[in-house]
Amino acid sequence: MINLFEVVETNQMIEKENLDVRTITMGISLLDCIDSDVKRLNEKIYQKIYDSAKDLVRVGEEISREYGIPIVNKRISVTPIALVGGAACKTPEDFVGIARTLDKAAHEVGVNFIGGYSALVSKGMTAADELLIRSIPKALAQTERVCSSVNVGSTRTGINMDAVRLMGEMIRQTALATQGQDSLGCAKLVVFCNAPDDNPFMAGAFHGVTEADRIINVGVSGPGVVKTALEKVRGENFEVLCETIKKTAFKVTRVGQLVAQEASKLLGVPFGIVDLSLAPTPAIGDSVADILCEMGLEYAGAPGTTAALALLNDQVKKGGVMASSYVGGLSGAFIPVSEDQGMIDAVTAGALTLEKLEAMTCVCSVGLDMIAVPGDTKASTLSGILADEMAIGMVNQKTTAVRLIPVIGKGVGESVEFGGLLGHAPIMPVNPFSCEAFVNRGGRIPAPIHSFKN
Amino acid sequence: MKKTIITVVGKDTVGIIARVCTYLADNGINILDISQTIVQDYFTMMMIVDTNAAAKSFGDMADELEALGREIGVVVKCQKEEIFDTMHRI
Repeated sequence: MINLFEVVETNQMIEKENLDVRTITMGISLLDCIDSDVKRLNEKIYQKIYDSAKDLVRVGEEISREYGIPIVNKRISVTPIALVGGAACKTPEDFVGIARTLDKAAHEVGVNFIGGYSALVSKGMTAADELLIRSIPKALAQTERVCSSVNVGSTRTGINMDAVRLMGEMIRQTALATQGQDSLGCAKLVVFCNAPDDNPFMAGAFHGVTEADRIINVGVSGPGVVKTALEKVRGENFEVLCETIKKTAFKVTRVGQLVAQEASKLLGVPFGIVDLSLAPTPAIGDSVADILCEMGLEYAGAPGTTAALALLNDQVKKGGVMASSYVGGLSGAFIPVSEDQGMIDAVTAGALTLEKLEAMTCVCSVGLDMIAVPGDTKASTLSGILADEMAIGMVNQKTTAVRLIPVIGKGVGESVEFGGLLGHAPIMPVNPFSCEAFVNRGGRIPAPIHSFKN
Repeated sequence: MKKTIITVVGKDTVGIIARVCTYLADNGINILDISQTIVQDYFTMMMIVDTNAAAKSFGDMADELEALGREIGVVVKCQKEEIFDTMHRI
């Protein structure tokens, strides 16, 4: 039977160390909504989302109450809209209409984000894909809760450099379209390589075509719990360090598994996966950078950071995998800058640069995340940064992503406040040398040699 | 059997256990196990209770126990047992 100290330990994690379930995300397939008439398509989409997710928020709150664990976000991901809208949408404006429908449905069921305003173009773009991509700036400016993502490369297909070039322009236009809110639109736009079909985390969540009609995916969190556990093993060797992370990750993930199964049962929707990510928030004590510091670095970004992060990411997976029957999504440590107070401090202290962050993305989950760059950064430079990050993903057979925010009207030395979970960020300098001629070549980068496994 | 864990944490004072137990008895909730200790000067108690025959819903019971805790000056929390089981048992 459970003893007092185990109960106290769990509750201490929840109350003092910010252990929470970051998100319950319901994936909803919209493939059965496809229609050649735009109006009917929008009606069907709204109805399907409403019918599927009307109880999601209530059930999330009920589970939170019964187990005494905060469930921070309830969210929805849908089939990439470029596929759903392809038959009906003839202009970017038609796609923007769907974005408004998604936003309305999200408000109605009470979720704080809806992901899947997406296109999968890792090898080539259909006409609908391109229309959707070109509609992104307007769609993100006219909606509040819609998140957009575009997959522009994969290990199996290589990198679609036409899409990379276009996305550089779209990030810039999204920044311009939302400049009244410090270019906030870009915080809801992710460019991927090897995007997973079952990621529950925003802004990159979408419901892949390989998924069932509806599914429940859960993202756990708990950087604070890992950090507190490591405080107790200061000065110990790497074996002890790794074992401690692994055991803690196991406990954190078990909570996610419980919540996922419970939500699945109460909603009558199959359980998909638990995403084992260590996802920070701007709250003090909820930082991945602080874990790196606890391991012995003065700041995140100091020499040794990549090794420390590699170790952390691997141990989180090793501990988490056994704790859940199905693991998926992004699963690893997130290193968003604006959403992690320790990262912000490291940038402000001059310890962490864009180039070091790029190196860190080689060994951890995802990529260059929530990084504010000067508003006058050229579209081609943004595309160059995208291409670099996509190449890391393609060659290393991992998911990488970029969420850059060129803050219009601001430059290095200034900072930007997004508020809430999105946090605040100092503007980071970008390498000023041009890559225009490279980016403008057009076409695609072939798949790497190790993708040919047949 | 549906088991719930009730934890009570706060400054030690006369009658904490009595007040909580009275509430449980009045509402048909059977106590299966009690353990109590003082952690860092704080009164810390855990009860494992059986809520099968409870007169009230889980939510109402949790709300009322929380309110009772505020009256006595302690924090009372109700959680289903599974969260501790899944975290600490393979």
